[in-house]
Amino acid sequence: MRSIASVVNRKSSPSFLKILRSRRYAAYWMVLPLFILIVGLVVYPFCYSLYLSMLNKSETKWVGLKNFGRLLGYGTFWLVVGNSFRFTLIAVFFKATLGLALALILNNLPLAGQRLWRGVSMIPWVMPLALSSLGWWWVFEPTHSAINWVLVQLGGTPKPWLSDPFWARVSTIVTNIWFGTPFFMIMYLAGLKSIPESLYEAAQIDGAGAVQRFRYVTLPMLSRLIAITVMFSTIVTFANFDIVRILTRGGPRYTTHLFGTYAFNIGIEAGHLPRGAAVALFMFPVLGLAAFFILRNIARGEE
Amino acid sequence: MAKVILENVSKNFGRVQAVKNFSLEVDDQEFLVLLGPSGCGKSTTLRMIAGLEEVTEGKIYIGDILVNDLPPRDRDIAMVFQDYALYPHMTVYQNMAFGLKLRKRPKEEIDRRVREAAEILGIQELLTRKPRELSGGQRQRVAVGRAIVRQPSVFLFDEPLSNLDAKLRVQMRAELSKLHNQLRTTIIYVTHDQVEAMTMGTKIVIMKDGEIQQVGSPMEVYNYPVNVFVAGFIGSPAMNFIPATLVQLEDGVWLDAGNFQLLLPPSKAERLQDLKERRVLCGIRPEHIQDKAFASKRPKGSTIEGIVEVVEPLGSEVFLSVRSGGHTLTARVDPQTRAKPNEKIELVLDTDRIHLFEQETQRRINTE
Ligand SMILES: Nc1ncnc2c1ncn2[C@@H]1O[C@H](COP(=O)(O)OP(=O)(O)OP(=O)(O)O)[C@@H](O)[C@H]1O
Ligand SMILES: [Mg+2]
Repeated sequence: MRSIASVVNRKSSPSFLKILRSRRYAAYWMVLPLFILIVGLVVYPFCYSLYLSMLNKSETKWVGLKNFGRLLGYGTFWLVVGNSFRFTLIAVFFKATLGLALALILNNLPLAGQRLWRGVSMIPWVMPLALSSLGWWWVFEPTHSAINWVLVQLGGTPKPWLSDPFWARVSTIVTNIWFGTPFFMIMYLAGLKSIPESLYEAAQIDGAGAVQRFRYVTLPMLSRLIAITVMFSTIVTFANFDIVRILTRGGPRYTTHLFGTYAFNIGIEAGHLPRGAAVALFMFPVLGLAAFFILRNIARGEE
Repeated sequence: MAKVILENVSKNFGRVQAVKNFSLEVDDQEFLVLLGPSGCGKSTTLRMIAGLEEVTEGKIYIGDILVNDLPPRDRDIAMVFQDYALYPHMTVYQNMAFGLKLRKRPKEEIDRRVREAAEILGIQELLTRKPRELSGGQRQRVAVGRAIVRQPSVFLFDEPLSNLDAKLRVQMRAELSKLHNQLRTTIIYVTHDQVEAMTMGTKIVIMKDGEIQQVGSPMEVYNYPVNVFVAGFIGSPAMNFIPATLVQLEDGVWLDAGNFQLLLPPSKAERLQDLKERRVLCGIRPEHIQDKAFASKRPKGSTIEGIVEVVEPLGSEVFLSVRSGGHTLTARVDPQTRAKPNEKIELVLDTDRIHLFEQETQRRINTE
């Protein structure tokens, strides 16, 4: 292999500007800003939190993996692990299913109505999550709860939406579904639009009814997109912070805490920053795995 | 194996009338070609037969059954699409077996029929591949294979060769003709390529603006085009049209085109009694114009003079573009011609092959 120096030296006048201009290096210059951003916002904080997680509470002493070990011994930590997985699995499942259903409905609407409804259904997604979570807090919150008002009007009994463990979990998951479904919908709508009409016509002539066309044409044609969106959403949902923080603050009794809010709780509210960092780092294997599957899927699509 | 009958079929898309009052009988085992320029309603007609498009008016029968309200799967048809429409996630085998699988045929029967079809088309080695691993020609064959596996009574083709390169197109043309002979099934084939229509069709329907212009065998539409549109559409290069006046002199009926005159053969002139002194369009195909040096016969009143503008040698023949007065004529002459651009040339027209059309209505004046 030739070294870079030898390549440079072979040029007639190896001026620095010339190297800058050469095609060979142009690509590196173009990705440099992104590279700096990633190092500054991802790599550095990650390494720093790795370092931080191995200090004691006052950050004066190196304690190795003690923070991680301690966490594994806490019942609360395992409760949070369970919460996070439950929250993610249920929310992602419903977001994907509802998103697909909505996309199918929208796609079958006449074109004029389609544009309107597509815009309307994007509202939850384009609203800042913190703001819409506040809105949902008003919906659930015990003293002015809108749902309870409706329930009472219909002759039912009010429910403790945010203070009962079961209903609190339902509330956070519903809010997350409400926020995340439009993303799936818009992705699936784009996916549906890219399926050639003639495939459906061929299937129709082959004898496929509506259900069979969905089963044998739509689903397989969307399968890669479904895999990628589900994995991507898994990452985002698993690392959710805003909704739980605003609706329940992890309560009642830690039953709605996720990794993100629990890390905040321990690191900032309880003041044990290193241990909070350790909580956050426990997310890494899960997110890393999801990212691996996404990248593999994309790479396979490109071959 | 079935007849297809269309009775006064029309199709409107909103205010656009894509097909107008279309009536046609397709005999059993016919290779019928729907031919016409882009946007004339060929695909729409085919899709109405397939059941992919509802008819606005009229009736469609397939094998004596009124199919207006039948869904595509109950019409006993198979269709090959322009973009092939192969299911990308299925192998070639699964693509071909899909229709039979949906119809719940036994596994052994499906297997036998898929392999038979694959053998007919020579794609046995491709059965395990996915469509994206195939060349354009191979995909085309698979699409045809998927249609023949079903053993329908009518095949519908919508410009199936237009995505292939020229050489492959010639080859597939021959193969489709062979297939038609082998399967003995009714085929309705849409194309805008008149060469495809002439070489494969047993009957050609020429359409324009949603209306039928002429129905006939390839030689009929070539020899007796009913109007200027058909005459210009069939044949390549296209027929030459020269505005002229019919003049009766003692020695016969002459066509006066301004700077040259042509004498109509007596057999043609006889049929023209009532049309003398009228403005007509004289049509003559390039293959009926010869370099005078190579013309086998040069009857009186068949020669014109002009200046050569372009010489296009194709090897077996040479196309000349010749200007004579205000007219530019294309001639297909002997390859040994000595014609050179910007030089004078004398051309001989085969006056027996002249077509006459009325200038106003563009309709053929019958002279046979
Ligand atoms: N779904 C549709 N909605 C509105 N107009 C349509 C529709 N499909 C076809 N048309 C119109 O009907 C006319 C006939 O279209 P068609 O597709 O049958 O033409 P074609 O002869 O197949 O042309 P091509 O050779 O370009 O395929 C065109 O004017 C076209 O614009
Ligand atoms: Mg078409």
